Amino acid sequence: MRNASGESSASALSPVVGGPAPLTETSVASLRGVGRTYTMGTNQVHALADFSFDFKAGEYWSIMGSSGSGKSTLLNILGCIDRPTAGDYYLAGQHVNSLDDDELSSLRGQALGFIFQSYNLIPQLNVLENILVPVLYRDGVSSTSTARGMALAERVGLAERLDHRPSELSGGQQQRVAIARALVNDPALILADEATGNLDSQTAAEILDLFDELHAEGKTILLVTHEPHIGERTEGRLQLKDGQIADARHGRA
Amino acid sequence: MQLASLTRAVRLGVSSLALHKLRAFLTTLGVLFGVSSVIAMLAVAEGASVEAQEQIRQLGSENVILRSVAPPTDKVSNQESRILAYGLTHEDLARIRDTFPGVKRTIGILQVPEEVRQGSAVCSPRVLCVPPSYLAATGREMFQGRFFVPADGAQYDPVCVLGYEIARYLFPFESPLGKRVKVGADYFEVVGVVYPRVPISSLATDPSTEVGGEVFIPIGTGLKVFGDRQVTIRSGTVDIQEVELHEIIIQVDGGANVPFVADACRSMLTRNHQEKDFEVIVPLELLLRAEETKRIFSIVLGSIAGISLLVGGIGIMNVMLATVTERTREIGIRRALGAKRAHIVTQFLVETVVLSGCGGLAGVALGLAIPMGIERFSDMRTIVTPGAPLLAFGISVATGIIFGLYPAWRAAHMDPVEALRHE
Repeated sequence: MRNASGESSASALSPVVGGPAPLTETSVASLRGVGRTYTMGTNQVHALADFSFDFKAGEYWSIMGSSGSGKSTLLNILGCIDRPTAGDYYLAGQHVNSLDDDELSSLRGQALGFIFQSYNLIPQLNVLENILVPVLYRDGVSSTSTARGMALAERVGLAERLDHRPSELSGGQQQRVAIARALVNDPALILADEATGNLDSQTAAEILDLFDELHAEGKTILLVTHEPHIGERTEGRLQLKDGQIADARHGRA
Repeated sequence: MQLASLTRAVRLGVSSLALHKLRAFLTTLGVLFGVSSVIAMLAVAEGASVEAQEQIRQLGSENVILRSVAPPTDKVSNQESRILAYGLTHEDLARIRDTFPGVKRTIGILQVPEEVRQGSAVCSPRVLCVPPSYLAATGREMFQGRFFVPADGAQYDPVCVLGYEIARYLFPFESPLGKRVKVGADYFEVVGVVYPRVPISSLATDPSTEVGGEVFIPIGTGLKVFGDRQVTIRSGTVDIQEVELHEIIIQVDGGANVPFVADACRSMLTRNHQEKDFEVIVPLELLLRAEETKRIFSIVLGSIAGISLLVGGIGIMNVMLATVTERTREIGIRRALGAKRAHIVTQFLVETVVLSGCGGLAGVALGLAIPMGIERFSDMRTIVTPGAPLLAFGISVATGIIFGLYPAWRAAHMDPVEALRHE
């Protein structure tokens, strides 16, 4: 984050698009001139300024940047838990800006899968229940969704531990539960925030392998990280600086 | 489907509460004592009032009772012996019987201060000389034998009817029917036994201490044998009291006429008596007054108990606020995973309702046990009306909801970003 005075913050990079643009078919998440300004006392802090970008279906991006570069803010806006103060954000074909709190909650549950650095499992629920939490808020747990949850637990290698509490699992196992939970509603976009930050390198590598697999299956994944070697593994790399895109490279492009 | 999600919500609530068992238990205790004190206090209030109402009802709610009262003796007399004549007269009785409209029956009663003996047993009950209609007017029932018939008094037959307690005391092992007891200096044959007025359970063990003991004699016989002068000899002086009738029971035709007859009696007696040597007792008025007293009693006791429920509610709110703060992160996670505000509100409300509901149920159990204990260890009467536990439980759940709303609302309106960052 940085302090900025007035319009002098206009970036060196020219904006991609001036106003709302027609959405491309393949765009999962489109940001059009998105800005996020915090007011602290009399100061205005621009955490994100005039940010435009398209994340297309099936892409695997890492988002990098030093702390204060705006990547957390970007992630919050992409994750629909924060709203932009300027610009437009489209997620899975919906104009996020115009949704109310309930619609936003539904959209989060349906279109997004969150994976956090500190796993963020709910301590009083067991593995299967944790995996099924997004289903619970979407349309209620049924026998089919329970079967799906069990299949996902098996997929991440926790079929034997369905009734364990998070406190009985290792970090890597907890993160696997979180990944299964992120997948349970088959979201359009998976957001991983420093997903390997709390894990040893061996476990981290296993988790990253899992992401590679998901990518191979066609999932759209955004991985926020500050470790360059993780950035090397992803298809696309988005470098943020001072709330703007410093560098965007896509392997296939 | 709805039921399943409710069951899941309750299960989640219980498992969340189970994270802090002691805290949940202490909170429940607050509600428990509130609920049980509401029930217990209402039971005591109800018991006391029913007891009072029963006593009054035994006097007969359609009756007006006139009693002779010794007038205040402000005249200092140094005489060694004096005759004090006061009270209701046969003339009063005749006037009421013959001139008052709406009067079904009038009964004059003479009370004689004699001891009753049988063998070596002595007791001093109220010895009442009554006409045969006494039984019907007071609504009392025979335990065994018969009450008087008009012929008893007309022929001056030496017969008597014993109250249940006296019968038990004088004839503990045999039927008193046909036996003779000595009242004063004369013998009377027992022809019947009447049930006591007060319930047998609270009967004093020794009737000679003049608790509820009664012996009835036909008024015709009584007037002939005892006359209407009662002589009381105190140390140094001889008090002679001359009372024609100690009590007149007027049975009114229909409850609506009771106040009218009562007023008529008051004005008639005031006109004909120089001194205020009578009192007018209207059980119906007493009943209304008792009901009013009960209402106030219930309100006061209920409010005291209600305050303890309120304290319990504050306890719930306190704990839920702490819980919400503690679980800020969980709230953030749930919001990120798609929970709407309503979901969060429901989750925390279910928890408070589970807390207060458990406290309420335990409170109902304790609240039913306390009155039983009170009855057992004191002679206070308690009545748990079916509504009281329901009311108390309902209030406890309502308390949970009311005091849970604010914490739940706070949880639901947290900023998800802030909540997720919370440690």
